[in-house]
Amino acid sequence: MLLNASGCLDALLAPDVARSLDGFVTKTITPLPREGNAAPRIAETAHGMLNAIGLANPGRERFLSETLPRLRELGVPLWISVGGFCARDYADTCAVLDDVEAIELNLSCPNVDEAPESAAEIVAACRAATALPLYAKLSAAHSDVAAVARAVADAGVDGLSLVNTLRGMALDPKTLAPVLARGTGGLSGPTLKPVALGAVHACYAATKLPIVGMGGVTTGRDMLEMIACGAKHVALGTILFSDPDAPARVSDELQEAAEALGVVQPGDVFALAHEGEKRLDIASIVAA
Amino acid sequence: MPRRERLRVLATEAVGPYALLRLERGQVDAGVPGQFFMLEAPGRLLPRALSLCLAPSGELAFLIDAIGPGTQALCELERGDAISVFGPLGNGFRLDVERPLLVGGGIGMAPLPYLAEALRFPPVVLGFRSERHAEAAVLLPGAEVAIDPVLVTSLIPDGHDVLACGPEPMLHAVGDLCPGAQLAWEAPMACGYGACYGCAVEIDGELKRLCVEGPVLLAA
Repeated sequence: MLLNASGCLDALLAPDVARSLDGFVTKTITPLPREGNAAPRIAETAHGMLNAIGLANPGRERFLSETLPRLRELGVPLWISVGGFCARDYADTCAVLDDVEAIELNLSCPNVDEAPESAAEIVAACRAATALPLYAKLSAAHSDVAAVARAVADAGVDGLSLVNTLRGMALDPKTLAPVLARGTGGLSGPTLKPVALGAVHACYAATKLPIVGMGGVTTGRDMLEMIACGAKHVALGTILFSDPDAPARVSDELQEAAEALGVVQPGDVFALAHEGEKRLDIASIVAA
Repeated sequence: MPRRERLRVLATEAVGPYALLRLERGQVDAGVPGQFFMLEAPGRLLPRALSLCLAPSGELAFLIDAIGPGTQALCELERGDAISVFGPLGNGFRLDVERPLLVGGGIGMAPLPYLAEALRFPPVVLGFRSERHAEAAVLLPGAEVAIDPVLVTSLIPDGHDVLACGPEPMLHAVGDLCPGAQLAWEAPMACGYGACYGCAVEIDGELKRLCVEGPVLLAA
């Protein structure tokens, strides 16, 4: 299943792009409206970009009364990204959501202050508040992301979203001042892909939970590699900014990338990158 | 309707210190003056937002100042190269004005040639930082030109409907001088179609996306 990464698409402004995905993940919703950070909020880097949007969103109340009904009209399965500044923020939003595909708990935005509770405590509060599928969106900026994955798994999540952006900084070439008004921002784009593959691999091995893999996925081959690391679903992020046609293109390329390896279905490579899993043997496939 | 298409380069011509990138139009709509297009910058991750400068038959032409690696890459394109172009995007200038006056500053003059054509060649005043930059005024025959330290705002007569594009301090000055002026703003954009939330600017006291609300906004 191909999704967008949260915050990388406005389905109401680009409904055709949203419909070209298997599901639409909303921008993170917080209890109260947020304007987001001051400009400049984005900066291009050598092989990626930084953003410090700061969870700009209309707030829970307006999202439920205005945005969500319009999103439902698109006919695309909806994943709601939920954020907050304490466990109760998250749980209260989960409690009022129903009839959506899944809830993604944004436990890892690098551009706002973190909730004081641990990821597992937030997940436990949300688990008690909803029966909807819960995905925990984690950052790879942990010394042991698999340990965090195990903790949220024990607290009751149904799946993982990996990875969020990594905090970074870019300097103005002339003034050497940070380009972003906030100073730091979240790094995304192709530069993030090896980090994402590593995190998906480690968390699949640790939990065997369904994983939405994301981070620098730009081509069908990238998507195939995510699947090989253990991602059940894949999300497109930064590539949507430069290529709104990416969902259809990446899906086509995925099939081609699989066939190039002698694989009939892309799903056949699921978790192949793990030790003990069967390796692709091109020679035997060709001989057969 | 915006459309994304790979367009071939017809020519890259020097206009003073700037480059005029001329592309085959393909099936892409030229849109309303002041609207913008996202142009693939070869070798860069993100496209660059540029307003259309001229729309001769079968062509789209963009005036570019090479201020960074992306615009530099665009200026180095050669005939026969091809890049992805997505647009037209955003809200352009309203053309239902009685006594139009076009005001441009530096590379902000980029959308004015196409706008001048749509408004049947109204008076134009331009400001530049140097004689060399002022060579770009050749794209707007008959324009009155101010060169630093003279400010373009000193050339604005009373009683006109001002449509302006230029650096932020100029737009603020024009807005103060001419309430109701149509001002074309700029902000860093990753996508141009409302997805990235990067181009937030304060509009009516709230941070809003310039690519959705603008880039042309009315001066308060």
